Amino acid sequence: MANMALTEAVYYILLSLTKPLHGYGIIQNAEKLSGGRVRLAAGTLYGAINSLIEKGWIESLPEDKSSRKKEYVITQTGREILIIEIERLKELLRNGEEILGG
Amino acid sequence: MRTVIHKLFFVWDFDKEEKWLCDMAAKGFTLVSVGFCRYEFEKCDPGEYGVRLQLLNHRLHHPESQHYLSFLEETGAEHVGSFLSWIYLRKRTSEGAFELFSDFESRIKHLNRIILMVISIVAANLYIGIFNILMCFFYHNEANYLGFINLAIGLIGSVGIWKLLRKRKKLKNDKQIFE
Repeated sequence: MANMALTEAVYYILLSLTKPLHGYGIIQNAEKLSGGRVRLAAGTLYGAINSLIEKGWIESLPEDKSSRKKEYVITQTGREILIIEIERLKELLRNGEEILGG
Repeated sequence: MRTVIHKLFFVWDFDKEEKWLCDMAAKGFTLVSVGFCRYEFEKCDPGEYGVRLQLLNHRLHHPESQHYLSFLEETGAEHVGSFLSWIYLRKRTSEGAFELFSDFESRIKHLNRIILMVISIVAANLYIGIFNILMCFFYHNEANYLGFINLAIGLIGSVGIWKLLRKRKKLKNDKQIFE
């Protein structure tokens, strides 16, 4: 489990949820962070949100009566997972640059 | 002015159905309602909408499906119609490319759902068909042609399963290399 790579979608969802956002907010934020490269599709995002809630990496906030939109936020476990993933990504980058002399 | 077109797509050709609906939208006809082999269109600006379809996990009126639909609507997609557990959605192209899935994993999951549904229909039809035909044969019941209809549905569906499995294999191959 500790050695598993996160998908790009999950990585950007977790990063986006360091502040509370609703579904569409996550899509917009991931697109902004990646300079327009990552466009999460709604069906994929919905499935990922449900899996992440089940794993306890994110949680949904109590619903606001004035808005029908559900907001989500990262949990402590989710943050730890992100930190491990960032270490893994650094390793990938380090090795790539060393070997290709980047 | 509404235009009604009757057209049959097998469930394993859902991607062809989707493409046809997108082509119609590109020609200026946007989908506004669906039924069994029945599509109703309204005039729109050519290319104004993109169309996608999806087989839901649950029945349409299940709370989970309703929750999913409102999630989709939040992203700008519009639910134009449903047939059984299939939903038909459209989204303005001005709001960006319309996709329901953006990775191989979720595409494979969706295909798996379709495969499972077709397998259960095929299995039931083959079972009933063969059982009825054997009954005719052994007990000399009056000819029961319904058995042959079930058998035919089962055999056509088997070709469909094969097609779906081929689609899934292609996605799985890509998934080994790309995310």
